Amino acid sequence: MRTVSVSEVTDLVKEACIEANHFLSKDVEEKLCEAAKKEEAPLGRQILEQLKENLKIAGEDMIPICQDTGMAVIFLEVGQEVHFEGGSLTDAVNEGVRRGYVDGFLRKSVVKDPILRENTKDNTPAVIHYDIVPGDKVKITVAPKGFGSENMSRVFMLKPADGIEGVKNAILTAVKDAGPNACPPMVVGVGVGGTFEKCAILAKQALTRPLDQRSEIPWVRELEEEMLGRINRTGIGPGGLGGSTTAMAVNVNTYPTHIAGLPVAINICCHVNRHAVREL
Amino acid sequence: MDRHVNAPMSAEDAKSLKAGDYVYITGTIYTARDAAHKRMQEALDRGEELPLEMKNNLIYYMGPSPAREGRPIGSAGPTTASRMDKYAPALLDLGLIGMIGKGKRSQAVKDAIVRNGAVYFAAVGGAGALLSKSIQSSEVIAYEDLGTEAIRRLTVKDFPVIVVIDAEGNNLYETATAAYCKE
Repeated sequence: MRTVSVSEVTDLVKEACIEANHFLSKDVEEKLCEAAKKEEAPLGRQILEQLKENLKIAGEDMIPICQDTGMAVIFLEVGQEVHFEGGSLTDAVNEGVRRGYVDGFLRKSVVKDPILRENTKDNTPAVIHYDIVPGDKVKITVAPKGFGSENMSRVFMLKPADGIEGVKNAILTAVKDAGPNACPPMVVGVGVGGTFEKCAILAKQALTRPLDQRSEIPWVRELEEEMLGRINRTGIGPGGLGGSTTAMAVNVNTYPTHIAGLPVAINICCHVNRHAVREL
Repeated sequence: MDRHVNAPMSAEDAKSLKAGDYVYITGTIYTARDAAHKRMQEALDRGEELPLEMKNNLIYYMGPSPAREGRPIGSAGPTTASRMDKYAPALLDLGLIGMIGKGKRSQAVKDAIVRNGAVYFAAVGGAGALLSKSIQSSEVIAYEDLGTEAIRRLTVKDFPVIVVIDAEGNNLYETATAAYCKE
């Protein structure tokens, strides 16, 4: 048994909120630079160059990459040998979000009630996904999610007979409907299998996988590669203003499912595909 | 074609802009997004005055992140325009001459743009740090309690945007995408 103080979690969550909103991970930044070289459309290239410049300014001047600094989505992998002391873990995570967003000059975009819509003024609460894993470590992934792209995400409850073609159509439908709204070039996170809610979480988790890392499952890897090609032939392009770079990656995660179902979730993310990781 | 225009914007300037033009805006523009539009619509429904004059003005669909000390504004990129589609036609009919946002618009908005000789511009989504550099000052003029969603008056210099829907109803999202489609 290892004892961890929840105040350590608060500090790391705060740090990760600020880092994720000002610096993209290397893999995302590299894909953006690669896209700027390969883009066919002159206006598309200009937009991609502006996005590179934007990243530079964000890091140097500590201005958030995007004004929508998101709702804080947090994946917590907690080793089952860990004992937390000093209060509630969930409260500690939310305190980290509060300090990160208030002290880090990040936008407060969360409303307390979806209909009454009063701003909580500190961007809490976070959406927290807990996973209990073997060992005595704690892994915290902070993935602030903007809603321009979140709003264009979809869940399709397909039939087993729809098969792989059904999955491909679902992905293309979501991407085409998203178009310019989701701030392309996008990252497309896909969850296939599980249940209604499980496939959505798989899709969200898929967005945190490095963009240059393909699935180890052969049919999934083929699906990722084929869909990236097809999405980039839609012509949507950077900013939705035409071009050959509509997505930087398609990341697909899968899970066993029921004999009667084929759930598919497509979680669209803009080019500001943010996540910062900390381990304890 | 690269163009430089002033804001507020004249009807002549608005009509001369064509879908695909790259435009640098200098002058005064106003921010408003979801909650501010809802309040303005409610004010109109009650027969009250709006907190800003619509005629010849431009609204930027944007809610900034907080400014650090010594800076006029934080990150300041566009939000998705379609969420304002419900409210935009009434404001266009009152003389609003331009909107800056990102993403598709409804048929009702397109019709109101053509009817009033207005323009819909896109700013580059997700480039809030870069765009903030073209904003020289920011002042809340209404609905301060809405926080980031308050209405702000911005002074901008060479603020970069692209004409997506022009006064004739041409739509760059449709034509530009078709040009690069290889399906």
